[in-house]
Amino acid sequence: MTTVQQIMERCQALFEDLHFNAVKQWKAAEPGRKAIGYMPVYVPREIVHAAGMLPVGIFGGGDQLEVIQGDAYYQSYICRIPRSTLEMGLTGRLDCLDGMLFPSLCDVIRNLSGMWQILFKDKYVRYIDVPQNYLDSVGGEFYIQEMQVLREDLGRLAGKPISDDALRASIAVYNDNRRAVQELYAYRARKPWQAPTSEVYLVIRAGMILPPQEHTQLVRDYIAAVDLENRPKRDNARVVLTGSFCEQPPLGLIKSIEMSGCYVVDDDFGLIHRWLLDEVPVTGDPLEELSKAFLHRSNQQASKYDEKKEDKGKLLVHSVKFYGAEGVIFAAPSFCDPALLERPMLQDVLSKQKIPYTAFKYAENTGQMAPIREQAGTFADSIKLWSAA
Amino acid sequence: MSTPVQMTPPQASKKPAPHAQKEDAMLLQKEMINRNYHELATAHENGRKVAATFVPGNLNELVMCFDFARSLPETNALQNGMRKKSGKMIMDAERDGHSEDVCTYVKADLGMMLGGEIGPTGEKLPTPDLLLLSYTGCFTFMKWFELIRQKYNCETVMLHTPYQGDGKITQSMRDYVVKQLKQTVIPTMERVSGVKFDIDRLRQYMKESAKAEDDLVRVLQSAKNRPSPIDGYFGAVYYIGPIFTAFRGTPEATQYYDVLRREIDQRVREKKGPITPEGEMAEEKYRLVVEGPPNWTSFREFWKMFYDEGAVVVTSTYAKVGGVYDFGFRHDPDHPLESLADYCLGCYTNMNFPQRIDMICRYMDEYEADGLLINSIKSCNSFSAGQLLMLREVEKRTGKPAAFIESDLVDPRYFSAANIKNRLESYFQMIKQKRSVAGVTAGH
Ligand code: SF4
Ligand code: SF4
Repeated sequence: MTTVQQIMERCQALFEDLHFNAVKQWKAAEPGRKAIGYMPVYVPREIVHAAGMLPVGIFGGGDQLEVIQGDAYYQSYICRIPRSTLEMGLTGRLDCLDGMLFPSLCDVIRNLSGMWQILFKDKYVRYIDVPQNYLDSVGGEFYIQEMQVLREDLGRLAGKPISDDALRASIAVYNDNRRAVQELYAYRARKPWQAPTSEVYLVIRAGMILPPQEHTQLVRDYIAAVDLENRPKRDNARVVLTGSFCEQPPLGLIKSIEMSGCYVVDDDFGLIHRWLLDEVPVTGDPLEELSKAFLHRSNQQASKYDEKKEDKGKLLVHSVKFYGAEGVIFAAPSFCDPALLERPMLQDVLSKQKIPYTAFKYAENTGQMAPIREQAGTFADSIKLWSAA
Repeated sequence: MSTPVQMTPPQASKKPAPHAQKEDAMLLQKEMINRNYHELATAHENGRKVAATFVPGNLNELVMCFDFARSLPETNALQNGMRKKSGKMIMDAERDGHSEDVCTYVKADLGMMLGGEIGPTGEKLPTPDLLLLSYTGCFTFMKWFELIRQKYNCETVMLHTPYQGDGKITQSMRDYVVKQLKQTVIPTMERVSGVKFDIDRLRQYMKESAKAEDDLVRVLQSAKNRPSPIDGYFGAVYYIGPIFTAFRGTPEATQYYDVLRREIDQRVREKKGPITPEGEMAEEKYRLVVEGPPNWTSFREFWKMFYDEGAVVVTSTYAKVGGVYDFGFRHDPDHPLESLADYCLGCYTNMNFPQRIDMICRYMDEYEADGLLINSIKSCNSFSAGQLLMLREVEKRTGKPAAFIESDLVDPRYFSAANIKNRLESYFQMIKQKRSVAGVTAGH
């Protein structure tokens, strides 16, 4: 059996490797294999997988990448992830990808899709629009058509069309992956001292690189291995962390939050793994089922329209209650329109529910952890005082 | 993002009085805008419902079919910016918990609401009965109306315009928009207004729109003449006012554009340059294309930096923000809903980057411009994210110099007059040098 240490070493190596050697190795294992990159938050990876390709999550350059060229493309008031992503592209680190998918998340990623078309002319590039109208006959039909285009494009790239059966098989693979990730989140919420977020995060990030079945196994191995550990339980405050769905905080920042006395019991890192909330049926028309899951049973996030005022923050409040959290940390990238415009509304909802919160901003290369540690520490203390009172 | 400005007829300080007919168009426009603010202010006491919507992809013809009074929050924000009221509103919104990093149009609007909703003309604006969330070309729009809904509980209806990621409008995109109109937008507007939808009424408004659009295009394209009779950026924001907002489709707007076109035709015949706040521009020294919205809080000062140097903006992408008409699109009364869909889908900020760059290169050529100036707006990722690539590409493809300045829409903290002036002066120098080098080379 693999130990926690072995698993974490593997995840750490995948996380740190900004040359994507794991992707290169996967491709080299069989001639003709292709890999397709995607940015946060959500793309229907099932279609990429069904084409026999490896979906690869590109989540920025973190705090290890020196951004030189990428900075020349962006003004100071734009977040960092597009710069580091461009940097990786321009320095050849993403050459192993045969295409890139840019989901409709915000105007920065939207515009980056067109920039990619100009800068990387030999690659497949597609902007993935998702519906903001949730009627099957309206938004659903549009979304199915969008997915159909992707399916045909990737079929062409792969040299053979993607069959319904291949799609159904991929849906099953991702259903299983989602179950495993949900088990991991549930386990962490039950025993956050056993499965710290600094580890869970790396396990989640590994899912951006590994083929889904391998990742599913890794997640289950981690849960099994970590449960055998005997780790000290602390009197930490249980918090939900939200706002970090795109540009990622540095790992050091996640560790700082934990060291300051918080157990993160839910978060929105790597939301793609948990975007769809339950099983996608493997019978019936696969694109229709993917569409229905998106329209009626998917996560809430700032880039997705809430049809009714009452819906705002519903899942956040649910997550606080479900995971037994005592407060919420809003951790958003600087200059992130979706996270920062959404924040006051969510705070309003939390205030009405008397759920305490604190908020700060970061960049993927934030180096100064002390202020954040202090803020999170004060927050944890106040929660503890509050609950003791 | 956008538009319209009302202009007091220019004061002829240095130069002879502007053409009398110019005043006709200006006065007409001013009257229309003031009347709309008054209609808005008194809508509820007159038993009218109020709809708010955004400039890009605004469905004015459709909204009018339900007798709504029409409010455009972007316009309110910019009008407040020009009247120097926006700075306080933005700071009030930031004190109320809104991030310093997000679009200042949103914060100016929310700040105005916090301050009792006193509109730009001093009258109190009503809380809208309906927020028509035309989600076209800008992510912030969605959050903006969610924020207003959160505070004021207004009924909200979404119209999602898909992005032209592949640089084209597909039938599936068009169908999606039309279906939303039929299945959600129109039924909601019927319910909120109590007025039944009449497609012939829509057709009638669209006929008016198309006439006005023809005239607008002619006015904007008059800048291909030398000298250009208009300024296609600073001047154009006045010209696009009525058509991009609450007036497109009304006979008044048609009349306004008719008067305006005649005035401009006359200026072309007389070989006159553009009218500036200080009278007619004497000599046209530089012809520029501008990308990006203007700054509103120091609009006059900004404009002066151009006309003082003899620089005229022959065309701008901002003048297309509420609709791109110069490549042939017109509202089509024979296909009303499909044409509303195409209108939304075709908005400038709904075009992908290669399309935007192509459009600018085409402008550089057709308007015989000396260069491209990008005014990069801190607030607006929709416009701004990627503009530095745009600059490189346009320079590469046209061989003409491009320059980059930064400011903001309605946040006076981000307008540094000295920096911008310096940058512009050296840019004009650069154009001059390039010209003389080209002259020498041509001489050989
Ligand atoms: S961090 Fe925010 S603003 Fe930046 S690309 Fe991601 S979602 Fe967009
Ligand atoms: S982000 Fe840009 S387009 Fe959107 S509302 Fe602000 S200024 Fe307008």
